[in-house]
Amino acid sequence: MSDSQGPLWEVFVQKKAGQPFVHCGNLHAFDKEMALENARDLYTRRGEGMALWVVPTAAIVASSPEDQGPFFEPSNDKVFRHPTFYPLPDVIKHM
Amino acid sequence: MENVNFEDIFEGKMAKNEIVEPKDWMPENYRKHLIRQISQHAHSEIVGMLPEGNWITRAPSLRSKLVLLAKVQDEGGHGLYLYTAAESLGTSRDEMLDALHTGKAKYSSIFNYPTLTWADIGAVGWLVDGAAIMNQVMLQRTSYGPYARAMVRICKEESFHQRQGYEIMTRMAFGTPDQKAMAQDALNRWWFPTLMMFGPPDIESPNSENAIKWRIKRETNDQLRQRFVNQTVEQVEYLGLTIPDEKLKWNEAKKGYDFSEPNWAEFKNIIKGNGPCNKERLETRLNAHKNGEWVRAAAAAFGKKQMEQYAA
Repeated sequence: MSDSQGPLWEVFVQKKAGQPFVHCGNLHAFDKEMALENARDLYTRRGEGMALWVVPTAAIVASSPEDQGPFFEPSNDKVFRHPTFYPLPDVIKHM
Repeated sequence: MENVNFEDIFEGKMAKNEIVEPKDWMPENYRKHLIRQISQHAHSEIVGMLPEGNWITRAPSLRSKLVLLAKVQDEGGHGLYLYTAAESLGTSRDEMLDALHTGKAKYSSIFNYPTLTWADIGAVGWLVDGAAIMNQVMLQRTSYGPYARAMVRICKEESFHQRQGYEIMTRMAFGTPDQKAMAQDALNRWWFPTLMMFGPPDIESPNSENAIKWRIKRETNDQLRQRFVNQTVEQVEYLGLTIPDEKLKWNEAKKGYDFSEPNWAEFKNIIKGNGPCNKERLETRLNAHKNGEWVRAAAAAFGKKQMEQYAA
């Protein structure tokens, strides 16, 4: 059965200038303008944000949960990336 | 390659209280249970607009009209959050709407009662939304991620709904004797239907066992119903109204109220489609859908053209 609601879009809201855009949900719309207006009506009725992004869901490329282990594995054995890997001499108080 | 047992991974997640996301493997019955529950929850939000919507033009002041409009708009929004949460499980909006329109899917039986007076709008916001909150607060910690996140958003908005309802009840209960009588009449008619909203008693609830096992629900129908009664009695006393239940009595041993069971035969009859407004609600919904057909068709045609231009 075909879907009469148009494609799916993901909605990201920025609460205040300078803050990251945070995913808040999704919606259906037939074009960009309608997606933006629907996002405003659906997700910001109480001053939840001052800027919105809408992105076609189909455009999002996601890592797959099943591959989580091997996919992120390359970073697991590089403890030397963390500052706490390097002991400081006791006499040094700040760095 | 190692043989991954998805069932073990899923059970492990359940044991560790972890959240399931759309792309995670899940047992087919878990998926089916969620699609049924979330879509019927969405239908309840959409049909729930109808008993209140018919009072928008008759609200007694401009302020109360604005408030009621905002509340009904919220309910529409809640329906949309929930439909997309259900879609993430592999169903489509058309399939869900079709199930609603053909009577295959249910919605909350409470919306098959009529809203006869303005006091009913108070009672619906206060009691019906209050009972919904009780259920939805629990669902904020449900095991399926998109459903849980929709619930967090919905709960924030519902508390406005309950308070505006209680404000209407307060005004009427402290108003003229006629107004107070209307408030009491609304309470009399909505009390037991509200208690039915939590579903049948645990001993005869067909879907509860899996729902608890999979952490879709974290509390049983009877537990939620008891908490609702315990919490609401004080609110009724403040209004100077009387709960229409002679058996309602504080029970010190269980630190809660004893109360009468709603009429479960009536509940079953409404679910079968024989409530006072079942037919009217479904007809109104069908008309709205039919009358919106040309808007959807026009939007789809326009959207298609836009996408073609974008691609070119």
